[in-house]
Amino acid sequence: MAVQKLARALPKPTPETEHFWEGTRVHELRLQRCDECDHVYFPPRPFCPKCSSRKVKVFRASGRGTLASYVINERPHPSFEGPYCIALVDLEEGPRMMSNIVGCSQTPEALVLDMPLQVMFEVQNDEITLPMFEPAGVNDE
Amino acid sequence: MMSKRGVVIVGAAETTELGKIPQMSQLQLHADAALNTLNDAGLKISDIDGVATAGESPTGVAHYLGITPNWVDGTSVGGCSFMIHVRHAVAAIASGLCKTVLITHGESGRSQVGRGGFRNAAASLSGQFEAPFGPMGPPTLFTLPVLRFMKDYGLTHEQLAMVAVVQRQWANLNPRASFRDPITVADVLNSRMIAYPFHLLECCLVTDGGGALILTAAERAKDFPNHAVHIWGTGESVETPMISQMEDLCSSRAFSRAGAAAMADAGISHADVDHMMVYDAFAHLPIYGLADLGFCERGEAGAFIAEGHTAPGGKLPLNTNGGGLSYMHSGMYGMYALQESVRQLRHCAPAQVPGAEVSLCLGVGGMFGASGCIVLGRQPRD
Repeated sequence: MAVQKLARALPKPTPETEHFWEGTRVHELRLQRCDECDHVYFPPRPFCPKCSSRKVKVFRASGRGTLASYVINERPHPSFEGPYCIALVDLEEGPRMMSNIVGCSQTPEALVLDMPLQVMFEVQNDEITLPMFEPAGVNDE
Repeated sequence: MMSKRGVVIVGAAETTELGKIPQMSQLQLHADAALNTLNDAGLKISDIDGVATAGESPTGVAHYLGITPNWVDGTSVGGCSFMIHVRHAVAAIASGLCKTVLITHGESGRSQVGRGGFRNAAASLSGQFEAPFGPMGPPTLFTLPVLRFMKDYGLTHEQLAMVAVVQRQWANLNPRASFRDPITVADVLNSRMIAYPFHLLECCLVTDGGGALILTAAERAKDFPNHAVHIWGTGESVETPMISQMEDLCSSRAFSRAGAAAMADAGISHADVDHMMVYDAFAHLPIYGLADLGFCERGEAGAFIAEGHTAPGGKLPLNTNGGGLSYMHSGMYGMYALQESVRQLRHCAPAQVPGAEVSLCLGVGGMFGASGCIVLGRQPRD
């Protein structure tokens, strides 16, 4: 483990996003699905961004995704060690989210677009656990 | 078709200096640009009855300049806000809400004198779902979609570098440009890596400066000392405040919506455009702009620039002031793109496109968050 850095810019949950951060605390990636049109969406809100219906449900996502795009930041950041990848992950259920890719080198050679990824969770404090992704298969038994 | 009744730009000027201006606050940069623009138009401050600005509040700018306006617009959606102010001012003048509009920009981007901070509230959606993963401003956000574009459409690292090379060719012709020395693809690819795949020379400058425009009804076009430029068409849109939530990483919905609206409003086709500006905070922006507005197929836009079609002497001169990559970039660059379009149609640009009659100016706001597009003509539309 590298030297402990300053805490990241941590999220402050709102009433509309609380379920997401409750989910990550128990190691679940939670998305929402519209009862009316079946659309799956992110980030959280209590209505469907496609059809405006308020009839939506929270569900546990598979946690599987693929690497849609990324940059490797080379400038020093107080919370990160060395160059690090800021990634966009296409989730199996459809939505895309920003995250970090862990468990592999932070290089163009190791970070191949469309590679399969699996969510993992990194505890920040009692309230906030962040969803991150690692190459699929890393922790398979 | 609101612009049918006709609105013209009768004043256009930038701050006296550009680049490093630590002796002026941001508010004073607005005022310096405004006073230069009043002089350009031969008007007094009491002639202005409409004010629009972004970055500072229109209340603050109006009061500082001594204007009690009949119309204000504080639309602030990033660097294309000034394109959108032009569009709103056209509507306001055409419908009689006011007669003469002043649009100002000033930004102490480099010196940070008298400037409010950017803050990403931890409870905002981007604060919750982007900030924790370590983005450090536009160089790590605006750049995020490009590897996807490269894989899906064959854009190469060399083609991306050529955007910076070609714009430096334009800057070389412009005495006011911040960086003028010619550069090669190797220079770009050997410059410091900022956020892979973006090198330093593929990222915009950070400078101080300002600019302003004065708009009024076309029937008054002949009453002013300098050539009045006619606003033929306008468009605006927004997509998302979070780049991670773009619908398509290879296309800006705001670009395509605003661009199509402006071209339809102007009644022009692609072949009618003599000169083009695409807000270039980073080297991929002109590639997205050309594709989203239909000037090229998406897979050909990188080659189109690399082959020299947008360079001096090319068939579609683009970013002829040197752009945000070489001319200047204060943070909200859209005003400088508009200034260059006006100079080209007044036939007084340092790198003048011979006989330019129609200019298209495409702005971006945020990180592919918003867009405004303006089509200008040297003469009234038929």
